Amino acid sequence: MMELVCPAGTPAALRAAVDAGAHAVYCGFADETNARNFPGLNFSRDEMAEGIAHAHARGAKVLVAINTFPRAGDQQIWHRAVNDAAGAGADAVILADIGLLAHAAERHPGLRLHLSVQAAAANPDAINLYAGAFGVRRVVLPRVLTVAEIAAINREVEVETEVFVFGGLCVMAEGRCSLSSYATGLSPNMNGVCSPASHVAYADTGAGPEARLGGFLIHRTPRGAPVPYPTLCKGCFRSGDQTGHIFEDPVSLDATQLIPALQKAGVRALKIEGRQRSRAYVAQVVRTFRAAVEAAERGAPMPEGLLSKLTEGQAATTGAYAKTWR
Amino acid sequence: MSSLPLPPAGPLNLVLTRLMARIAARHPAILRRLGPYAGARVLIDVIDAPALLLMEPALRRLTLHRRGRAPMADAGVRGRLSAFLAMLHGTEDGDALFFSGDLEISGDTAAVLALRNALDDAELDLTEEIAAAGGPAGTP
Repeated sequence: MMELVCPAGTPAALRAAVDAGAHAVYCGFADETNARNFPGLNFSRDEMAEGIAHAHARGAKVLVAINTFPRAGDQQIWHRAVNDAAGAGADAVILADIGLLAHAAERHPGLRLHLSVQAAAANPDAINLYAGAFGVRRVVLPRVLTVAEIAAINREVEVETEVFVFGGLCVMAEGRCSLSSYATGLSPNMNGVCSPASHVAYADTGAGPEARLGGFLIHRTPRGAPVPYPTLCKGCFRSGDQTGHIFEDPVSLDATQLIPALQKAGVRALKIEGRQRSRAYVAQVVRTFRAAVEAAERGAPMPEGLLSKLTEGQAATTGAYAKTWR
Repeated sequence: MSSLPLPPAGPLNLVLTRLMARIAARHPAILRRLGPYAGARVLIDVIDAPALLLMEPALRRLTLHRRGRAPMADAGVRGRLSAFLAMLHGTEDGDALFFSGDLEISGDTAAVLALRNALDDAELDLTEEIAAAGGPAGTP
């Protein structure tokens, strides 16, 4: 069966994911070492150890995301995170930075390494480099590939591949995107925050809510319409005499129907986005996808449209997996 | 519910603050998770209730305020009572309630986010907390 890799931003969400049938849970420490460094979220060292013990007792794995890029001179913060994850019994660490991969491979040779989507390794040459140089065992593929491209990659690599099947849809070259930095000075790559809440301001204009990021107007939503996240890549902008979503519509990924095709393409694991979401989201999405993965294993049809309420824009897309680009 | 007369705020505020102190004592991780946002004053506007609630986590204080006489706050959350209870009890996702417009945010977004995440992790059962705060052992 394909492995279902599920998000947890808090210990409560980790327990919810395990109870709902997650094969593996990914989570991070409460600092800048992971790409969901949001207020009130993530794990202390003690919580991580307890979470791993809880998951292991129920047959689930825990993968610790340490997937931001260390600041020069402050590498010890990231080194300590790898060391502490290994000490807590993590089943793998999810890394993006080449220097950190080298450090982990040298200092923790028994620790399984996964390559984060933040490394944006989107072709066999890049993936084989990470596998050969650092012993990476699994690569999380960027959300910009078609199913056919994923199948082609899997034919040319030895390592496992993991793909996103649900949740927030990053459409940029992940780990390289500077949109958030441009607007706020903070990025998912270095600080673990895309469109940080500290720089978001909502106001009700009377006609409906409007959102600003770092002072930039991102969107003005008509009253009653679904409200998106205030990210630049999903913003509504004016260009010439046209107004619209220049980069991507505010929708979420839902690749449920593509699970059989992804399985056939040789994908080993399916990832659910949403460490910033609640335990209610985690429980519902994980339960639904566990049923879908089991159905795929039996060759049964995929369940349909159960999660639209939880998606950004309350609308879903299959993203690049079956995408016609503008 | 909004048509009901507002009971005297003084005694109610004592009960609410006692409840807040009790929750803070039983769930210390809430304040730890709030970190620098524990000092934020968050105004909760339950639109189908007759009054506003001001939550001050660092002071372990929860107080009622009349509509039209809203106190100063760093952030605000607005929605129906059912939305707040569903989020608090882990049956509805806060972001999904935000997407659908059932919850609206104003002011310090990071403070609201921190509070939402801290409360979600606490897995509160409000009935249990009220019973605990009201019983003989109802001191923090």
